[in-house]
Amino acid sequence: MSSKQTDPSGSDRLQLEADVLVIGGGPSGAWAALAAAENGAKVVLADKGYLGTSGATAPSNTGTWCVAPGEDRAQIVERRWQRTAGLADPRWMLRCVDRAYENLLKLVEWGYPFPSEDDGKLYIANLRGPDYMAFMRRRVLLAGVTVLDQHPALELLSNGETVTGAAGVDRQRHRDWRVDASAVVLATGGCAFHERILGATGLTGDGYLMAAEAGATLSGMEFTGKYTLAPHGSSLNKGLPFRWATFYREGGAEIINSDGEPLRNGIGEREKEIARAMIEAPVYARLDQAEPALQDWLRQGQPNCFVPYSRMGINPFKDLFRVTFKAEGTVRGTGGIRVATADCGTDVPGLYVAGDAASRENMTGAVSGGGAVNSSWAIASGWWSGQGASQFARRHEQRSAFRSASKPLGEAGLRPTGTTKPGLTARDVVAAVQAEVLPLEKNYFRDGNRLEISRLTLDTLWHDVRHHLAGTGVDRYRSREAAAIAATGRWSVNAALARQESRGMHRRADFKTSDPAFTRPILVSGVDDIRVEGSPPLQHGKELA
Amino acid sequence: MIEVISGNRCIECDICVKVCPANVFDKTGGVPVIARQDDCQTCFLCEIYCPTDALYVAEYADGPIAITEAEIDERDLFGSYSRALGWKRGKPGGTQFDPTHRIRVAQV
Repeated sequence: MSSKQTDPSGSDRLQLEADVLVIGGGPSGAWAALAAAENGAKVVLADKGYLGTSGATAPSNTGTWCVAPGEDRAQIVERRWQRTAGLADPRWMLRCVDRAYENLLKLVEWGYPFPSEDDGKLYIANLRGPDYMAFMRRRVLLAGVTVLDQHPALELLSNGETVTGAAGVDRQRHRDWRVDASAVVLATGGCAFHERILGATGLTGDGYLMAAEAGATLSGMEFTGKYTLAPHGSSLNKGLPFRWATFYREGGAEIINSDGEPLRNGIGEREKEIARAMIEAPVYARLDQAEPALQDWLRQGQPNCFVPYSRMGINPFKDLFRVTFKAEGTVRGTGGIRVATADCGTDVPGLYVAGDAASRENMTGAVSGGGAVNSSWAIASGWWSGQGASQFARRHEQRSAFRSASKPLGEAGLRPTGTTKPGLTARDVVAAVQAEVLPLEKNYFRDGNRLEISRLTLDTLWHDVRHHLAGTGVDRYRSREAAAIAATGRWSVNAALARQESRGMHRRADFKTSDPAFTRPILVSGVDDIRVEGSPPLQHGKELA
Repeated sequence: MIEVISGNRCIECDICVKVCPANVFDKTGGVPVIARQDDCQTCFLCEIYCPTDALYVAEYADGPIAITEAEIDERDLFGSYSRALGWKRGKPGGTQFDPTHRIRVAQV
């Protein structure tokens, strides 16, 4: 669909033109590409990995937040809103469930093999990741979208007024690419700080960094306190089976909860007690609350969780096994790029955002959207951003003559302000950020003094990143990922310091309760100098001045 | 983490090189190699895309456990994730029989 051009410099560089460039090939990127193509746009989708296996959904089995039209639709949304700690917006929630429902019906129409319930009705409220994303790849290719697999984006291009494309590297052919586009959708996912969890290897906050460099605002970045249980040493951050777990110490003594009962249910209100127990000593689990029928459903329905147990030689319904909490950053947290318009535009003209790259506070507030809400949000926001971007493209067609005015915006990790420092590797940078944002005692249970130390540590690290971190050739994407992880860590810690209360997954030991004055988003912007807005003016006048 | 590409089973189609979301494999002209093992995210997807069940991903994500091809064969683990899902010869299948909706009801 897109015209290929010869690079004037004669080097082996891929150059394409498009109306809409979608960066990211998870569900939201796929839906964005489909919507833009349906609107008549020439679309290029560039993914760091492979459209079909990339992102948090592909290796998982996810519910959708599926609300059919009907009398109780508003009540269902209202009940869910009650659980969002006051920060969600019921209007966004309503339009999201409606859009997601329409698109789930499109999947039915296109022949996606949904399972049937006992009465023969299709069950459309669940999507098995590998099948769903293989199906979406086929639809995207059928729609005529040019798909660039293994093409990480490094930076956005801008003409000073609007975003005009992006540039990156083809990590298999070892060459640079550039796509000039009239509008760009960031569908790059969240940031899991390189924690080893299913589907998160590419989720390094690249979109946040690219957006912030272009001048976009981020929102809800303090909501990175979501952790999910997994067998120790595994990548399986899938909480559902732990609904039926009892928790033990090594050797089999039951851990007793604050009411004197055995500690059970790893995804309920006792999560905090499990986290506290784990800080003290290793915690073991056994899924001994699951009835035999349920055991069968779990094994058949969640093979991504249960095949690994059999590989370990463990029967999780009978044997004790050690568990850990895996940090999930903004993937199952809720922060991201601020959604500024109804069609998922950002604060920057020509730049749109979808899925976990966007803040999901409108949908799920200060609590995790888990798989289901995030999955419906990916569908709906993908669709809106693709429509918005293609409409923007029609209004602002980039003429070739103006293309020379486009400048690359990437700085940290790409264009250091000083000389590169021997010994400062992308790996070291990631490890230093992880030491501040992954440990339960720092990030699950938060405290102003510790957050302040993390802030200073990450500021010092950022100074090094900004001045000295760079990569060469194809490995530029690694230094860029490390820079994005470091930037995300700083935004998270700064926002967490500003929210002087506890709310949802943000748990401050020094402010144990919610403060009505904080029933508003915390906005952060800027890359080197971070600006924080949204804290109550009376208490924070000095900091904001 | 990705542990083994079986030279006996591999048909050198390079699909794993193409589909790995972490770009772990390299083409060689013959059987692909695990070139960047530490980048593996232990998502098991290369296994199910492999048309001949030639790949094995161990459940341990933090580092290699050095399981041998002989042990994987002996325990009948090649292709076990594909079989659990209903994928065949690297192609999707089985999601229409997914009983997860029963669990979601049980969860409430």
